[in-house]
Amino acid sequence: MAKIQLNGRKIKLNSKYSITTLLKKYKIDSKKIAVELNGKIINKNKYKLINIKNKDTIEIVHFIGGG
Amino acid sequence: MKKDIFKVGDQVLKSRLIVGTGKYKNLKETARAVKASGASMVTVAVRRVNILDKKKPLLTDYLNSKKIKYLPNTAGCFNADESLRTLRLAREMGGWKMVKLEVLGDKKTLYPNMIETLKATKVLVKEGFKVLVYCSDDPLLAKELEYLGASAVMPLASPIGSGQGIQNKINLSIIIKNAKVPIIVDAGIGTASDATIAMELGCDGVLVNSAIAKAKNSFLMAESFKNAVISGRQSFVAGRMPKLFYAVASSPLKGLI
Repeated sequence: MAKIQLNGRKIKLNSKYSITTLLKKYKIDSKKIAVELNGKIINKNKYKLINIKNKDTIEIVHFIGGG
Repeated sequence: MKKDIFKVGDQVLKSRLIVGTGKYKNLKETARAVKASGASMVTVAVRRVNILDKKKPLLTDYLNSKKIKYLPNTAGCFNADESLRTLRLAREMGGWKMVKLEVLGDKKTLYPNMIETLKATKVLVKEGFKVLVYCSDDPLLAKELEYLGASAVMPLASPIGSGQGIQNKINLSIIIKNAKVPIIVDAGIGTASDATIAMELGCDGVLVNSAIAKAKNSFLMAESFKNAVISGRQSFVAGRMPKLFYAVASSPLKGLI
């Protein structure tokens, strides 16, 4: 089990997750977002390869309306 | 008018009007107003995905980034590091190199923190970004941004979202006269005539958000801005008549009965 911080919220993951499976869990389209893991931006083609570990801090961002 | 090309960084834009996508009631209205404005580039913000609401409508579903260019901004950033983080994420997201840098210095006025802005510009240019920089209307700082490699310099007309129009025409004119990169007025435009004035002064473009989004009829206002920017540009290129102190009759006096 991994306790992580996702977009400022504490989340528990009960099984092994890669970034790809985490995005699937939240129904997020990987083409429309960017991911930062522990302060480091993750290249899109590495989402499958990176396993989420206990105490990881993840930020998933997208574009919204702005001036 | 011969072909009047508006080039910013490595992009040729069809319209000299760039519009923001914030402050609208909903995304449908945003998309309609953007279409009515005729803009070929829109500013967007980078924010956390709402992980609790999976069905929340997305901007990208309403504005196709293949048809209209996204210009990611750093709204809400108060130092160079925050803005660099935001724009690096934006680049990863869309693959765009062209971005709007906006480092704020004060919550009340939303005036830019120019020290941090200069710092961030330097780093972004080094990292290959094409940076359009929101800045104060100080001619020396505008020139400094150009030296640092900014793709466009975007002085404010008046405080962001204030709708007070162009408050310092002299500074703006000096900035335009000295510039070798496009000058785009960003922030403070309140109504269509403000945009026309900016263009008549010789600005290369205008960036508008609140004036359209907060109008009673945002679609009509968007169209009005489209015309205002075209009108102002044509007027600038045409070259206005000199201002005279006294009247000069328009009808010839010869043959007067």
